[in-house]
Amino acid sequence: MYVKDGEKYFIVDGHIHFWDASEENVANKYGEGFIRCFYDYHANLSPKDYVWTLDQYRKYSVEQLVGDLFEDGYVDKAIFQPTYLTDFYVNGFNTTADDAAVAEQHPDKFIVNGAFDPRDGEQGLEDLRAKHAKYGFKGVKLYTAEWRGESRGYKLSDDMVQPYFELCAELGIQNIHVHKGPTIWPLNRDAFDVHDVDHVASNWPNLRFIVEHVGLPRLEDFCWIGTQEPNVYGGLAVAIPFIHTRPRYFAKIIGELCYWLGEDRILFASDYALWHPKWLIEQFVDFQIPEDMQSEYGQLTPDMKRKILGLNAAKLYGIEVPDEFAVEEEEDLGIGSDPRLADLVGA
Amino acid sequence: MVALTDVRRALDRVHDPELDQSLIALDFVADVRIAGAAVEVDLRLPTYFCAPNFAWTMAADAHEQVRALDGVEQVHVTLLDHMAGQEISEAVAAGKSFDEAFPGLVDGGDLAQLREQFQRKAFVVRQERIAGQLRALGHTPEQIAAMRYADLPEVPDSARYRELRETLGLPTDPDAGLLLHPDGREAHVDEAARLLIESRLTRVSVEGNADFCQGMLATRSDHDAIHGSTDRGDLPAPARTFVPTGAA
Repeated sequence: MYVKDGEKYFIVDGHIHFWDASEENVANKYGEGFIRCFYDYHANLSPKDYVWTLDQYRKYSVEQLVGDLFEDGYVDKAIFQPTYLTDFYVNGFNTTADDAAVAEQHPDKFIVNGAFDPRDGEQGLEDLRAKHAKYGFKGVKLYTAEWRGESRGYKLSDDMVQPYFELCAELGIQNIHVHKGPTIWPLNRDAFDVHDVDHVASNWPNLRFIVEHVGLPRLEDFCWIGTQEPNVYGGLAVAIPFIHTRPRYFAKIIGELCYWLGEDRILFASDYALWHPKWLIEQFVDFQIPEDMQSEYGQLTPDMKRKILGLNAAKLYGIEVPDEFAVEEEEDLGIGSDPRLADLVGA
Repeated sequence: MVALTDVRRALDRVHDPELDQSLIALDFVADVRIAGAAVEVDLRLPTYFCAPNFAWTMAADAHEQVRALDGVEQVHVTLLDHMAGQEISEAVAAGKSFDEAFPGLVDGGDLAQLREQFQRKAFVVRQERIAGQLRALGHTPEQIAAMRYADLPEVPDSARYRELRETLGLPTDPDAGLLLHPDGREAHVDEAARLLIESRLTRVSVEGNADFCQGMLATRSDHDAIHGSTDRGDLPAPARTFVPTGAA
């Protein structure tokens, strides 16, 4: 919970990790390249006081994580989004089992998501069913750019993924968090293309597709898709840290997102330990669109921030939110969400 | 012997396709070494995982531009600290085409389509910027919407805008409309506002990417100096970076 100027905010951190990128767990140079890249994101965008050393960053303790999120970080509920990367890390980077073990030690603090990789075929479907029976998750994280043996990635629209979506629908796994990393096949196409989200969002209207880091670096494509598909959401990890180093740029991002998607489909996340929720939340609550940009982008109200910081995610995950944090339901949801406005976009 | 300034000027003509800025402006040129008629260029991109196709175009274009200079007979471009750095450096040095360098990994054709896609995006961004520059000069949105191509004055983005418009084969006759849709159709006066709102989003995206990339490059340069190169020789790698079977 965060309180500022008499305003209360219920906080759901939509995307956190408990990773192990210690040297012992790094399997090859890609695993090393990956954690270095991750570390550069952290160091590049964090306020100086929050920057860890590379050694600290490779592997942190449960106590560190819990303290940072719940004692210092204002978070009420945090959602683990596992990232396996078994081709890069001996025991995986951050698995459901790892996350569940932490969650067990701290009841009611965490939501643990599952994951699947459609390249696992029939066996993968069985595994998903079994894992769901064990952990009962409502969401999964997909990493379409993950390397696996000879494969360098997949598209959500590939045939092999559809049986998995069907199984998700059957099991009530409604929240599909998609991390669109740089794919490498086919090599001559745009590595960051997000159009596969469009296809699956249309075909699976009962599933919700939360596109992490709002499709960056393809923010524009993400917004076109989000404006047309009401079951597409944007996760703010990677985008929200700009609030510190590039506040005017962040104003543009959040302004465009509110315009094309509306305030009901944007979700806060720290991507911990990439960034620390404490400074993200403090700065976001204090943030306002610069005056010279308000004629284009309007203003951010406390209610909008409440939705983004926790209420939107709470809706997706059935998290009970005490009345004092609620928002009165309002109509204006941005250009994309109102079906009458869809024609204007030329969908 | 060719001068360093000539080499840098040549590299300044090479654009990052995604960011539409030059290698020099983006600080991607880590080093240039000249020995007689032989030039070595080191490139370093913002991250280890920057898209190989874009990395390729930059390395290949750099090679081409420098090779074309008077007094240059040999060029070697090295892509540092990148997951496909070795493959790309070797293939560009050997004069291979993209699909020769990565057989089986391309789905029909070379990088022409990718280049064109991003040139078109760069065009949309430059057009939105010149519209903003015209507004700053006092033109109203209605006036801008009605302007002809020949009416475009010299504003900061005019030169690059015209260059892209020509490269893409878009209408360049003086009487053609100034504002075009991304597909080259002239924008009607009543479509202009909508077009520019959509283009604004593209500009926010591309400019933001450029900003992010520059920040990442500065950060990694500091860190690689402290922690050593990302390409740690002591770590094993799979037999080949790229395998020819494509997606499963």
